[in-house]
Amino acid sequence: MAITINGTAYSPPQDARVSLLDLLRERLGLSGTKKGCDQGACGACTVLVDGERILSCLTLAVQVDGRAVTTIEGLSEDGALHPLQQAFIVHDGFQCGYCTPGQICSAIGMAAEVRRGVPSVVTADLGADAPVLSDDELRERMSGNLCRCGAYNGIIDAIRETYATEAAE
Amino acid sequence: MSDNKLADAKAAVQGAVQGVMMKAIAVAPDSWIPGGVPDPLIVHQHGHVGRSLSRIDGPLKVRGAAPFAAEFPMDGMVYAAVLFSTIARGRIATIDAQAAEAAEGVALVMTYKNAPRMKPMPGFGSNAKAAGGASLPVMQDPEIHWNGQPIAVVLAETQEQADHATSLIDVTYEVAPSVTSFAEAKGVGVEPGLFMGSPLKIEIGDAEAALAAAPHRIDAVYETPYHTHNPIELHAATVAWQGDTLRIHDASQAVAHMAWSMGHMFGIGEDQVHVTSPFVGGGFGSKTLWQHQVLAAAAAKLVGRPVRIMLSREGVYRVVGGRSLTEQRVAIGAGADGVFAAIVHTGISATTRSNAFPEPFILPTMSVYGAGSFKLEVDIAYVDMLANTFMRAPGEAVGTFALECAIDELAHQIGMDPIEIRHRNEPDKDPVKGLPHSQLDIAKAYAQGAEAFGWNKRKAVPGSRREGEWLIGMGVATGTYPYHRMPGGAARMTLTRDGHATIEIAAHEMGMGTATAHTQVTADRLGLGLDQVTFRYGDSLMPGVVLAGGSQQTASIGASIIAAHALLVTELLQLAGNDSPLAGLKPDEVGGRDGGLCKLDEPERFESYASILSRAQRNEISVLGEAAKPLELQHWSMHSHGAMFCEVKVSTVTGETRVSRFLGSFDCGRILNPKTAMSQFRGGIIMGLGLALTEETLLDTRSGRIMNPSLSDYHVPVHMDVPEIDVIWTDIPDPHTPMGARGIGEIGITGVGAAVANAVFNATGKRIRSLPITLDKLL
Repeated sequence: MAITINGTAYSPPQDARVSLLDLLRERLGLSGTKKGCDQGACGACTVLVDGERILSCLTLAVQVDGRAVTTIEGLSEDGALHPLQQAFIVHDGFQCGYCTPGQICSAIGMAAEVRRGVPSVVTADLGADAPVLSDDELRERMSGNLCRCGAYNGIIDAIRETYATEAAE
Repeated sequence: MSDNKLADAKAAVQGAVQGVMMKAIAVAPDSWIPGGVPDPLIVHQHGHVGRSLSRIDGPLKVRGAAPFAAEFPMDGMVYAAVLFSTIARGRIATIDAQAAEAAEGVALVMTYKNAPRMKPMPGFGSNAKAAGGASLPVMQDPEIHWNGQPIAVVLAETQEQADHATSLIDVTYEVAPSVTSFAEAKGVGVEPGLFMGSPLKIEIGDAEAALAAAPHRIDAVYETPYHTHNPIELHAATVAWQGDTLRIHDASQAVAHMAWSMGHMFGIGEDQVHVTSPFVGGGFGSKTLWQHQVLAAAAAKLVGRPVRIMLSREGVYRVVGGRSLTEQRVAIGAGADGVFAAIVHTGISATTRSNAFPEPFILPTMSVYGAGSFKLEVDIAYVDMLANTFMRAPGEAVGTFALECAIDELAHQIGMDPIEIRHRNEPDKDPVKGLPHSQLDIAKAYAQGAEAFGWNKRKAVPGSRREGEWLIGMGVATGTYPYHRMPGGAARMTLTRDGHATIEIAAHEMGMGTATAHTQVTADRLGLGLDQVTFRYGDSLMPGVVLAGGSQQTASIGASIIAAHALLVTELLQLAGNDSPLAGLKPDEVGGRDGGLCKLDEPERFESYASILSRAQRNEISVLGEAAKPLELQHWSMHSHGAMFCEVKVSTVTGETRVSRFLGSFDCGRILNPKTAMSQFRGGIIMGLGLALTEETLLDTRSGRIMNPSLSDYHVPVHMDVPEIDVIWTDIPDPHTPMGARGIGEIGITGVGAAVANAVFNATGKRIRSLPITLDKLL
């Protein structure tokens, strides 16, 4: 078995205590995924596992054996930025940049949840095929990703623009 | 006065720093003072300054490719874990590390018994370059000074091994009596507080008598709790001894201070300590020198290998101090016309004997309003706790809560609009120092803000607007923060024959957009394109002692670059010689445009930098400019202001307060980059919403231990707590600052607590004088 990370297969660590976050940062040199609390409270370590957003600090690396992990480093193909990454720059969706990879991975996973029709606590019509992405929907669904610099408005602007564009296409 | 005597007098003024000379600086002609002749860039309106440029480091940050302190790999590196004391005062009786030392992967256990000898940490203010949050020895003896003090460091091959081994250390203590509550500390006794060496005490007239005689009076006590900065990047460092040099990859808002302070502790020169910090994952006052960098360097020295230390989130709460609590009395006496006869702003802040830093909450009251009399004072009470420190707008953030709530209370009592009462008390000069304002247009900020926010829709009678379960109210408050510029600014400017300029300065990027804004500024100053300027920073080997604090970095960098630019132009004119169209011109007659120099009032007299350097057969010229002493601070009263408008909804069922709208209207001089400025203002306001509604570091008053050392239990604002925040500004340049700008990193948080509390009062009729405004206080 192997853990596939951004398309490359890696052996799971021998030490079962190693979190996916520490595997990425300390053993594979993929330090784009950030550690802000190591307790599942800040969202900075968010990555995608088989397309779903998860907190890599609360995930043991051995748990994702046989699964596909996408980190912030895996989003830009051939150096071209993902549209959401570009939108974060345009809308100034960050200041220090430390929570940014987690915000971006989380938003990508969040958009997939909306496409699947997963409701949130602020969704008015629980029977809708796909909830309308109002700003409050975005805020509620992104509330697990803290930004102490307070770039929240720019982050929501970037996500809205990216996924409104996607929905229109 | 003869020219010589004039020169002597001018030199005397510029050489003066304190004492009687302050008066001389105050009355000296403007032209002798830095900023007395306005920066030419202020009138330069069609360049890069003022444009919304996206961050130049944006592509790195969105790819996760910007390297932070814990992300520099080193060969043979080991990982550190820290064990914290569980008592507030006393001594370590026994510490048994045998099991930890025998654990798998462990390279070293360091305690006070084997730590290398070091001098105590130099606390802020003890030297111009001291960066320490406290002045205590670091792991030199068995003494315990606070609950959470590091008592052992484990180094191991992996973080998992280090963390586990830390749990194997057995410690016993001899417990000593301690003072672990504010109430107890006040009972022991209070002392006058000192801030930057000066007493926090001002009396003008007899304020208590004027208060007693005033037809309208407010006299109330306001409380604010401990706060923790909580940047999302954990405090971290990667440290190695390379020969006699100490190499530190740090997360720092003070690289030059850090190099000096570490050199001081380890008994080596500051030039033997190389600190770099290219990106800082948020600071807000916390990314200075605390014990973790010292412990990592000491342990690295013992083990002979590089060390990475990244504090746990709990570790940050134990090791890195935050904002201290305050208890503030504000009393204002006024006539029926709302004009203040007296302002009393006094109270107590908790601090420790190892730092004695009172939260200087009277600072806003020293400048914002005029009054017939003043009585301002901060006393301190000593608690055995982690040393407190400056956190975003120390003084103003919590001082404006008390002051601006009291003004709202007074306006309500008189029956006057809260904006009108502030207008009536706008001072025509600095109310304490008597100095003229460098620039003050708060009235315009209020007018624009009130219009944009729809202030006229506010109902003066509290509790008169309801939608379903929600009571809705509007509040306003003034925010304020001074212009600062600290001594020590310096920058190297290098211009190459291909017309490219590089700036090097030991400055910092914590998310303010430093490199972006100063690339814009430098490009305009030299007449270059943005891609012809490289701004290098975050390295203690670069020139300058530039604290990213006090919102002063932009001014410090700006003044440093002005000084370097003057030298560069002088040298260029010499090189240009008599064959140039610029022949015979003086440095102050020329400016940059289109990759060269021109005569300011005759732009066609021009020669390109490439041409000048080619003709002189020079590949480059490089100059080191040192910023003029910041005498402008003693010559003008220099303050930024903001008009903060808030609308809240308060649930009559749960007592929950939701901020539905917020608008900040700022008067902060010229805005260099609207895009990044907008983010800084919003970021400050959002931290202010946390201060108003949710943030509180809870100290167990029995043990002195912080009870909520996590982001689960200390509630910073999340996405759902933050509406779209509107920000506008006057954009009126300050004629006496570099670029016409004043720093904007801190003002955003000021006034917000009061704006929210005043809106809550307008919504509910309940006056909450204790932060944070949690649900229980409204039920």
